[in-house]
Amino acid sequence: MSAALTSADLTDQIEVKGRSLFADALRRFRGNKAAMLSVVVFVLITIACFGAPYFGLRSQDDVNYDLILAAPDWSQGYFFGTDANGRDLFVRTLYGGQVSLMVGFVATLVSLVIGVTWGATAGFIGGRVDGFMMRIVDILYSLPFIFFVIMLTVVFGRDMLLIYAAIGAISWLDMARIVRGQTISLRRKEFIEAAEASGVRTHNIILRHIIPNCIGPVVVYVTLTVPTVMLTESFISFLGMGVQEPDSSWGTLVSEGASTMEQAPWAVIGPAGILALTLLCLNFIGDGLRDAFDPKDR
Amino acid sequence: MLRYFLRRLLGAIPTLFLIVVISFFMIRLAPGGPFSTERQVPKEVEANLLRAYHLDEPLWQQFLRYLGGLMHGDFGPSFKYKDFSVTDLIAQGFPVSLQLGGIAIVLALLIGITLGITAAFRQNSLLDYTATGISMLGIAVPNFIIAPLMTLVFGLMLGILPVGGWGGAKHYVLPVVALCLPQIAIVTRLMRGSMIEVLHTNYVRTARAKGLPEIVTITRHAIRAAILPIVSYLGPAIAAIITGSVVVEQIFGIPGIGRYFVQGSLNRDYTMVMGVTIFYGALIIFCNLVADMLYGLLDPKIRYS
Repeated sequence: MSAALTSADLTDQIEVKGRSLFADALRRFRGNKAAMLSVVVFVLITIACFGAPYFGLRSQDDVNYDLILAAPDWSQGYFFGTDANGRDLFVRTLYGGQVSLMVGFVATLVSLVIGVTWGATAGFIGGRVDGFMMRIVDILYSLPFIFFVIMLTVVFGRDMLLIYAAIGAISWLDMARIVRGQTISLRRKEFIEAAEASGVRTHNIILRHIIPNCIGPVVVYVTLTVPTVMLTESFISFLGMGVQEPDSSWGTLVSEGASTMEQAPWAVIGPAGILALTLLCLNFIGDGLRDAFDPKDR
Repeated sequence: MLRYFLRRLLGAIPTLFLIVVISFFMIRLAPGGPFSTERQVPKEVEANLLRAYHLDEPLWQQFLRYLGGLMHGDFGPSFKYKDFSVTDLIAQGFPVSLQLGGIAIVLALLIGITLGITAAFRQNSLLDYTATGISMLGIAVPNFIIAPLMTLVFGLMLGILPVGGWGGAKHYVLPVVALCLPQIAIVTRLMRGSMIEVLHTNYVRTARAKGLPEIVTITRHAIRAAILPIVSYLGPAIAAIITGSVVVEQIFGIPGIGRYFVQGSLNRDYTMVMGVTIFYGALIIFCNLVADMLYGLLDPKIRYS
């Protein structure tokens, strides 16, 4: 794009506004109806979950003994019905969403930091260091991680912080590979050479030049990591090894709902539906971003 | 080829060793011994118990003992099922898990590949959109949601399939479907993408131009190239099926390894959890290896040496 801009400037002196990669990507993303709709739905779900305490709803542990496993009743405000303790499932789903979404974001952040640093370092330094660092990634790749995460929760108890960290620590591998590939192709570019020639230190080159130029693929991958991570958390919680009472996450709610399914099918449908909808939205957003950043891939 | 295989097999040893080390020491870090959760026992009894399980020895000695046992396929005694060794339990559960997982993966491949090819040929048609839409759903909706919903519909509302247990052919339906749906989704997507790409290549155009019947073009030329991404996905697919089987076995009450693993995790049967982790770790490594070899056989551009 910049080449077009300069040649236009040189020939007719007409003011042409350059289009950056991001502006281009954004334009393409806006045109993707499924992705845009997903953004709206996802934002609404997030606001609903984190705003739940301010909407004047029931509290998540308000017990109503007259309404145990009651069917959804819109006039009373029980949109998803009640659970086996007479608690409002809609409210519980919103509060559970706080936990699930937080796990999604925090664990993704952990994986982002580790993965980007690892990949950029390996790719930029290259040679033996690269070989060694990527060999570690290869070995870690073949470990049965979900089993290790479960083992961690067995051994160290069910600490939320630990679950965040554990899930984050296992999802950085793909990120490291992507960033490494990107870095290797970048490091032959002239501007890196120029930075090296003018004596910029290695870690500054990585931080200032390499990482900012990897942002496209990284953003795409981050949006695809969030649903994977949320899935892992709900998987563990579903098995009864993640979030514990009185807290809940979408995984525990689906699990509880499944256990009372015979008397109250709605108890599983509400939380499961919201979880599925969120995951679907995140996947659509991720796909949309990938198409936007990499149009030839379509 | 054989040399490459052997080299890879040797290369798997450090990974396997790492799995054993991590699991062993992680379990030993657990607060409280394996018997501390039970009711209070007299000191002498506890000391005897510890001695019986060699827990009174120094850690490195315990580790060597465990490692030595592993060489003979002995995963040690289960801490909770007193009369069984972990090896017994794995030997009992594995045939069940293998059947379930095997059927699921074969079905996922057959259905996924067929759907993917069909969608690729009718690109941007209603059928294509349906197939990609469904596969998106299959990727986003985890099997622990699909499984209860299917039980609800087919088991409770329609009453045509058993909601759990293990035995006749009917018992296979729901667990297998729950296991393979997400994989069908992914395989369909991969196959559609690579088929579209292959259909645009010059050699497919040449094959068509020289008048080969479409069916021969597809089966002889297109599929062989388009199937490669699926082969390289085989390893992750098997890992995903194994992970999925943990939750599916739990939901449907199927006596496979996954169920033992979950039970073991819930009642802190440390040796059980460790044994299953190591066993499945080894299995996943082996399957990855086989998938890589298969890839080499199918792709003429890759020669292992």
